[in-house]
Amino acid sequence: MDFNRTMSVAAAAIVAGSAAARADDLTLCWAAWDPANALVELSKDFEALTGHKMSFEFVPWPNFADRMLNELNSGGELCDLMIGDSQWIGLGAEAGHYIKLNDFFEAEGISMDDFLPATVTGYAEWPKGTPNYWALPAYADVVGWTYRKDWFDKPELQAEFKEKYGRALEAPKTLDELMEVAKFFQKREIDGKTVYGAAIYTERGSEGITMGVTNALYNYGFSYGTPEEPYKLEGVVNSPEAAKGLEYYKELYDCCTPPGSSDWYMSEDIDAYKSGQVALQMNFAFIWPGVEADPNVGGGKSGYFANPAGPDGHFAQLGGQGISVVSYSDSQDAALEYIKWFAQPEIQQKWWDMGGASAMRAVVEAPDFASSQPFAQTFLDSMAIVKDFWAEPSYASLLLSMQDRVHKYVVAGEGTAQEALDALVKDWTEVFEDDGKI
Amino acid sequence: MKTKARKGPQMTNSMIERAAVATPPTVARRIRGLSDRAIAWIFVAPTIFLLLAVNIFPLIWTIRLSFTNFRANRPNAEVEWVGLRNYQRILTDPDIWATMQATAHFLIWTLVFQVLIGFTLAWLINRKFKGNDLWTTIIVLPMMLSPAVVGNFWTFLYQPQIGLFNYAVAFFTGADPTSFSMIGDVALAPWAIVIVDTWMWTPFVMLICLAGLRSIPDSIYEAAECDRASNWRQFWTITLPMALPFLMLAVLFRGIENFKMFDLVVQLTGGGPGSTTELTSINLKREAFEKWRTGYSSAYAIILFVTVFGLASIYVKALNKVKER
Repeated sequence: MDFNRTMSVAAAAIVAGSAAARADDLTLCWAAWDPANALVELSKDFEALTGHKMSFEFVPWPNFADRMLNELNSGGELCDLMIGDSQWIGLGAEAGHYIKLNDFFEAEGISMDDFLPATVTGYAEWPKGTPNYWALPAYADVVGWTYRKDWFDKPELQAEFKEKYGRALEAPKTLDELMEVAKFFQKREIDGKTVYGAAIYTERGSEGITMGVTNALYNYGFSYGTPEEPYKLEGVVNSPEAAKGLEYYKELYDCCTPPGSSDWYMSEDIDAYKSGQVALQMNFAFIWPGVEADPNVGGGKSGYFANPAGPDGHFAQLGGQGISVVSYSDSQDAALEYIKWFAQPEIQQKWWDMGGASAMRAVVEAPDFASSQPFAQTFLDSMAIVKDFWAEPSYASLLLSMQDRVHKYVVAGEGTAQEALDALVKDWTEVFEDDGKI
Repeated sequence: MKTKARKGPQMTNSMIERAAVATPPTVARRIRGLSDRAIAWIFVAPTIFLLLAVNIFPLIWTIRLSFTNFRANRPNAEVEWVGLRNYQRILTDPDIWATMQATAHFLIWTLVFQVLIGFTLAWLINRKFKGNDLWTTIIVLPMMLSPAVVGNFWTFLYQPQIGLFNYAVAFFTGADPTSFSMIGDVALAPWAIVIVDTWMWTPFVMLICLAGLRSIPDSIYEAAECDRASNWRQFWTITLPMALPFLMLAVLFRGIENFKMFDLVVQLTGGGPGSTTELTSINLKREAFEKWRTGYSSAYAIILFVTVFGLASIYVKALNKVKER
């Protein structure tokens, strides 16, 4: 502890020493959610250290992409620092919204080897797989599952489940097991209240259903192109196996979700879970500290598990963001100073302690990390199996097509899974043709 | 009467004289050098300039963009002239036609319900009874609310587990309130948005109809009663024909508003389930400001503009004919 404190003071002195004499006003743009509040608190240290004044522009998730991409596309100077979604990195790099950080990282001794590889690829690199960095991994996130451990532990339910399925009622390891558990709880009376199987992502307007359905699709063999042909869609996106994955998600929606959950995303899933409506909840890992602290479902009543494996793979949808310096900012030096400060291990440790999710290996690979929180091990397991959506400059077009096609099939019940994926291939082909990629 | 007729010109002359005396000599001299036509142009020019800058120039620019593959989020990318490709893509895209159908369904049914209910309410309110003013105030309350707020709280009313709407339906039909979802069911969602828009905007139609009904002179009804015309006959030969121009005006206003409906439906359903309630304005916004297909969406906007302009022109002509009768 003393060593950490000494190091913090030393690092602070270094940052303070290198800080420009002029104090700047920095605006950091991000989504309005719990981690953003933690970052406001954390950033007070940076203000005290450097004299720069931090302002924050937080936008609720459903409008976040709309609002911030409009800001970037119009060359707006509102944001000096942007914690943009992982899929924006291609656009940010190619349209010149973000400044390239390679030289800065090299000069300041910031190494991408110090961060979880998946987060470097997901949040910082463009083109993917090349050492061109446009962001520092800022918030590691992934889709995982929360379940009502207290319900699972009920002896009468354990016995009934064992009799029905021939195995113990516990956190599912495969998607088939997940379906069985969800079916088991659907419309069950628990403590005098009707409960339902699972709260899953079905939201239509922004990115919700895509962030949900991919957790089934990936594990049934769906892929974004192939390593040899990154834009190969036919037979990869719409393979018969991928169609089975889509059918799986629809079945889960039809059989095991609460009535009226046709347009649910993060906050609706949280509400359903915390109010005791569902046994299982699909959601990004950022909610887990909040679940633990909740008087109804926290304090040991909840358990966590990584997205279960499917017949053709074991992946989970990557969430999270990197922090970038906006090229239209007048305070780029101060913004870089912030990134330098944020990249320090002790700040990253504090970030995790305050409810942020560090992507730094020194933090998450520390010996006591896995036992630091009830969900920490699940977080590590999940981060090891991540896969992300397209991060192309045209990601918005690709995303909206997927939202449309998948929602039509899963929620509206139009056509077949194969038809939905065939239509998706057609849409995506058009986008890539327009972009001159194929 | 003669005195009054003389008094007008006298007043005008004195006003002109006063204005001439008050005008500084240099300005007066300058203005005196201009023709009436030139002075008229000076007064009209700012309006014409604004009209050109705010309406005509963007329209011409949009037409130009509609023949390109321009994307506003990539200003440095090369812009290609694609001819009629955008128009051809839009007019042959079944998804676009589906949004047109959804819009037509929404437009037609909201107009039917709002006209029927709005006119009926106006007819009832027009009859003198105790508490008339109070009821008028209560009825017009929904249209005073923000569409975003209305959309938001109706999502709660439509919630199968806690929504009052489902419980009301269950009360009258005996159905399980959780057995149907107004905004999650493909068959029900188009009606869910019609119901909310009708709830919100029927008072507007009612107010216009009320204005029409109150403009009918009592003497006509008195004459009809002298002729022993029944109430039914009075309604069809006096009330409805004389209120018809107002009714048609209400339909025009609501038609234009609902053709560009966006906020209420986005809050309620987000265009879902699937694209069941994705109206053209929502679809156009997604193409223009989420997918950033500026050229394509410009062509889309031009097609919608021509459609609305054409329909509105035909309708206004019909309205004028009704007024002339």
